[in-house]
Amino acid sequence: MSAEVLKTPIVSQPGAPPHPLSQFWSDFKANFGAVAGLVVIVVLILLALFADVVAPHSPIVTNNAVFLKPPFWQQGGSTAYPLGTDAIGRDILSRLIYGARLSLLIGIAVVTLSVVTGTVLGLIAGFFRGVIEIVIMRLMDITLTLPSLLLAIVIVAILGPGLMNAMLAVAIVLLPHYVRIARAAVISEVSKDYVVAAKVAGAGRLRLMFKEVLPNCTAPLIVQATLGISTAILDAAALGFLGLGAQPPLPEWGTMLADAREFVLRAWWVVTLPGLAILVTVLAFNLLGDGLRDALDPKLKR
Amino acid sequence: MLRFIFTRLSLVVPTFIGITLLVFVLIRLIPGDPIETMAGERGIDALRHEQLRKEYGFDQPVLVQYGLYLSRLVHGDFGRSIVTHEPVISEFGTLFPATIELSVCAILFALCLGLPAGIIAAVRRNSIFDHGVMGVSLTGYSMPIFWWGLLLILLFSVQLGWTPVSGRIAVQYFIEPVTGFLLIDALLAGDFGAFRSALSHLVLPMIVLGTVPLAVIARMTRSAMLEVLGEDYIRTARAKGLPYFRVIAIHALRNALIPVVTVIGLQVGVLFTGAILTETIFSWPGVGKWLIEGINRRDYPVLQGGTLLIGAIIMIVNLLVDVAYGLINPRIRYTR
Repeated sequence: MSAEVLKTPIVSQPGAPPHPLSQFWSDFKANFGAVAGLVVIVVLILLALFADVVAPHSPIVTNNAVFLKPPFWQQGGSTAYPLGTDAIGRDILSRLIYGARLSLLIGIAVVTLSVVTGTVLGLIAGFFRGVIEIVIMRLMDITLTLPSLLLAIVIVAILGPGLMNAMLAVAIVLLPHYVRIARAAVISEVSKDYVVAAKVAGAGRLRLMFKEVLPNCTAPLIVQATLGISTAILDAAALGFLGLGAQPPLPEWGTMLADAREFVLRAWWVVTLPGLAILVTVLAFNLLGDGLRDALDPKLKR
Repeated sequence: MLRFIFTRLSLVVPTFIGITLLVFVLIRLIPGDPIETMAGERGIDALRHEQLRKEYGFDQPVLVQYGLYLSRLVHGDFGRSIVTHEPVISEFGTLFPATIELSVCAILFALCLGLPAGIIAAVRRNSIFDHGVMGVSLTGYSMPIFWWGLLLILLFSVQLGWTPVSGRIAVQYFIEPVTGFLLIDALLAGDFGAFRSALSHLVLPMIVLGTVPLAVIARMTRSAMLEVLGEDYIRTARAKGLPYFRVIAIHALRNALIPVVTVIGLQVGVLFTGAILTETIFSWPGVGKWLIEGINRRDYPVLQGGTLLIGAIIMIVNLLVDVAYGLINPRIRYTR
């Protein structure tokens, strides 16, 4: 009894406050979903980087000896093509692995383009106010009013179908979110003492924008960027599915689904697997984004 | 209240003009001569080319062209389809009820499952049910719905043979369109065979289109309920001895519904994005499929007019949601 009483204060003795990064990591670690998402993403990145080594076959070379071969566990399947082949004899597993490369590239490139442009526009709107702000924010409102896929479709219809144009279209569609976040953060930060102090110390406008204010609005931008990657992958795949994104023979998952549509009755694997790959990837980024938000946003801490 | 409506309207009008400008500029950006594009692969002789240029006003300065375009819009002229030569607005009008029918059913489906799931998840916080609902809803939120539709077709139409693969109603039924909503029209005509057929065609597209809103509604209901359940008045209601069910269903849910209603209003755009994909998969004869066909046929007036009409409808819905929200919750009126 007395031993227990004695023990308790020693255990709960307050130490030095943990470093912000280690605090972040311990919050993040406690979230099972976020860690699972991170693991999946790391595996996908490794697969994408080492696709040439990991993939058993070429993603685009056709083999007319093996049309629509089922996966190895089904009758007629072989371990040479573990997940079967498509209608013109390409290995599904290899196409999925190379597809991971494309999808990650799409997600990262689109979000980078969108975040950089959006942040700069948001900073400008937040700093300069007045007419510039109104013009930028109205434009963003218009972009937000139209359904995202419709706007992307209109842009692709004008630029012409293809992976690059689809990526550009998705980047434009995602833009308003980053502009709004950056502008809101700037407006709330600008009146704070440290900015005033920097101004008094003679910092120029660019220095104020990028060195003082920007680092303090990164947390919401990081969260939104992570969630944006999943939206980008999903929208690009939807465009691919509609025949407006990546064009065959590129092994983009949405494009693969579009090719597979007519074989839905004969070969379940050509339809099921690419979609599963999209779902797992998008889910992983959403889990990671949710975890980052919980760990980075002190308001949500219990 | 009137002032509130007027401030909202004053925001809507410039946005709409902005959309017309955007659509006008985007379509002008299409490389190549618009008359050549309209003529298609057959080509066109120089005289007729000049005639058409005059007719469509392409010989005028761009600003005048935009003015002409606006004045045509005001007169309800959204252009004619290059393929069918029908006015865009009348094609839109005949197809739009199909999209509405599908969307309304999808939202109802999402509400019927999402609200109870979110409420129970909040009441039993951290239970297995709660984790299950959150897991499933995040999966639903991440779902590539074009693939989800194919999977459901594979399972229910191909393997089990329960539902038709595509279309809106079996070919042997003909229902005179009164409201344009097949379910209602079939009932009005008293044709229960047609009603059943229409219903069985509707089920899968409804589930597919309702999946993302379902996930959003379940998550939103849960977090709104959790917030409300922590309030003092809930404890008071419990303390004065009201049955738990009554406290949840009347006291808590009423307040938790306010953010949920807003989210549903904001889902209109998301819903339309989903409708484009769902209608394409199920060959549902609605506006989404029409737009995709328009693009594949390079039918730019359809794309232009359709985009504009959809933008206008979404803005009107958002405005109505805003106004309704201001009516329900007076605090909103004064803070903006």
